[in-house]
Amino acid sequence: MNRAAHVLSVPTSPFEPPGFDVDRIRADFPILHQQIYGKSLVYLDNAASAQKPSAVIDAMARFDSTSYANIHRGVHALSQRATEAFEASRDAVRHFLNAADRKEIIFTRGTTESINLVAQSYARTVLNLGDEIVISTMEHHSNIVPWQMVCRERGAVLRVIPMTDDGELMLDAYEKMLGPHTRLVAIVHVSNALGTINPVQQIIELAHRHGIPVLLDGAQAVPHLPVDVQALDCDFYAFSSHKLYGPSGVGVLYGKAALLDAMPPYQGGGEMISAVTFEKTFYKGLPAKFEAGTPNITGGVGLGAAIDYVNGVGLGAIGAHEHELIVYATRRLAEIPQVRMIGTARDKASVASFVIDGIHAHDIGTILDREGIAVRTGHHCAQPVMQRYGVPATTRASFAFYNTRAEVDLLVSGIHKVLEVFA
Amino acid sequence: MNDDLRELYQDVIIEHSKRPRNYRPLGDTARKADGYNPLCGDTVTVYLTVDENDVVKDAAFQGHGCAISTASASVMTETLKGKSREQAEQIFHTFHDLVTGKARDADPERLGKLAVFAGVGEFPARVKCATLCWHTARAALEGREEPVSTE
Repeated sequence: MNRAAHVLSVPTSPFEPPGFDVDRIRADFPILHQQIYGKSLVYLDNAASAQKPSAVIDAMARFDSTSYANIHRGVHALSQRATEAFEASRDAVRHFLNAADRKEIIFTRGTTESINLVAQSYARTVLNLGDEIVISTMEHHSNIVPWQMVCRERGAVLRVIPMTDDGELMLDAYEKMLGPHTRLVAIVHVSNALGTINPVQQIIELAHRHGIPVLLDGAQAVPHLPVDVQALDCDFYAFSSHKLYGPSGVGVLYGKAALLDAMPPYQGGGEMISAVTFEKTFYKGLPAKFEAGTPNITGGVGLGAAIDYVNGVGLGAIGAHEHELIVYATRRLAEIPQVRMIGTARDKASVASFVIDGIHAHDIGTILDREGIAVRTGHHCAQPVMQRYGVPATTRASFAFYNTRAEVDLLVSGIHKVLEVFA
Repeated sequence: MNDDLRELYQDVIIEHSKRPRNYRPLGDTARKADGYNPLCGDTVTVYLTVDENDVVKDAAFQGHGCAISTASASVMTETLKGKSREQAEQIFHTFHDLVTGKARDADPERLGKLAVFAGVGEFPARVKCATLCWHTARAALEGREEPVSTE
C-alpha cells in the first residue's frame, strides 16, 4: 500500500505495528481529515459514536438516489429493490453474529430499544412478585432503567453483581445470586465506562445451569471483537449500528427463535400484522412481529454496508491493532503521575478512562478539545460506575481501528497542557 | 496555550477553583437551595443569610464541580454579600449576558470581579458550569425548595 501518499495528512508514528495499514484505513474515513481550532482532529470518542467510512456514506447515498421506497408492501420495482437491500442487511447481521436463522434478527432504533423490547415483551410477561433480574455494577443506564421500570411494575427485584477495584465482575457473588427466583440475567459484554471485557461465556453457562436466559448488551463489543451468538449460546444480544461505523437510529436485537416466537409484540402498527379487524388482529411471524411501522430503511442499508466494511478489514486485524493501542495508551498514561486510570481489568477493549486529582474532567475535556482532541467527559451514562469509584466524572479516550499511536502521543501532550494550565 | 483557553482559564479563576472562598455551610437560619447539572453531575448547595430588608448578609456554598463552576460559585458568594435582592437579580442578568456572549462590552464597573468570566462566552458547552450556582442562589433567595436543574 502507498503509505507515502498519506504521510502528510495523517499523524502516524514510526512505531505503528506492521501488517496493519492504518494510513489506508484512515483514507476511508473522510471526516478524520480536518482541522479543529487549527489542529489535526484526533477523534477519541469512538465509544460514544464511531465515524463512518466512505463505503457506508456512499452506500446510503446510492440507495437513496437509486433504490429508495417503502419496503415489504409495494409491488413496484423500487419497493422490491428497497426491500431486497434492506433484507440483505438482515442477512449481513445474521452472518455477523452467526445467528441460526435470519428471522432471529430484529431491527430496532438501537441497543436501548432492543433492551426495552426484551424488558416489555419478555420480562414483563414472566416476572411475578418477588422474582429477580440480575444485572451488574458496570451497566450503562440503558441496561438498568428498562429493568427497573419493569421490576417496579411487576413487584420484582433488581440484583446487582459487584465488581472489584480493577473493574472485574465478582463471579462468586454472581453465582450465589442465581436461584429459583431469577428470571433473567442482563449483562454488558464490554463496559463503555471501563473497557472491561466480561467473561460472558462463563456468565451464560452459570445462568443456564439454572435455566435462566441471558441478554448481552453488545453495543461496545461488536466493534472490537467477533461475536458468535450460537457459540455463546446467549438468548438475547443487542447492539447499535452507530458504534459499528454505521448510521445512528438503527440497532439490532438478536433473540433465539423459540423465545421470540413466544413473546407478544412490543409495538402495534403496520408491517407487523397479517390481518386486522376491529375485533381481532393476527400478527405476522418473526421478524415482522417486532418491526411495527416503517423502519429506518436507509439506516438499515447503511448498517449492512458497515458490516461489509468491517468484515473486509477483519475483526481479527481490528482487534490486534486496537489491543496494541490500548496497551500503548495505558503505558503512556501511566507515565503521568497525576493520572489515575479507572478500569484496569486484565481483559480490556479500547477504552482508557481516567481522572486527574484536583482537575475536573470537564476542564480536561475543554482543554483537549482546543488541541483538536475529542474525548468524552462525564459519567458516560453509567453513574453507578462513578459512584463505585467515588468520582463525579472521568475523561474517556476510546479508540477505533483508525486511531494511531501518534494520536495517543498527542493525547499525552494534551494532558501535559492541562497540567500546565492548572499548575 | 491558545488565546481562548487563556481567556477562559484566567489566573483568578484557577485560583478560586483551587481555594474557593466561603466554602462552608451557614447556620439553620440561612436560606438554602441545591443545584444539579445532570449532564455532568455537578452539584452545588448555596446558603444565604438575608436580613429583614432583603439584603444578603452572608453567602456561602458547598459542592462538586469543574474549575469554572467552583470559581463561579466562589466569586458569586463574594459578590452577593451586602447586595439587596433587587441588586442580586440585576447582577444575575448581567452575568448571564456576559457568559452567553451577549454582553462582551458590559460595563466593567458593574461586573467587578465577575468580568473574569467573559471568556466563557467562547465556550457554549461551559455556560451552564458558570451559571448553575447563580440559578441556585436565585432559588435560595426566592425560598424555592425543589432542587434547581440545568436541564
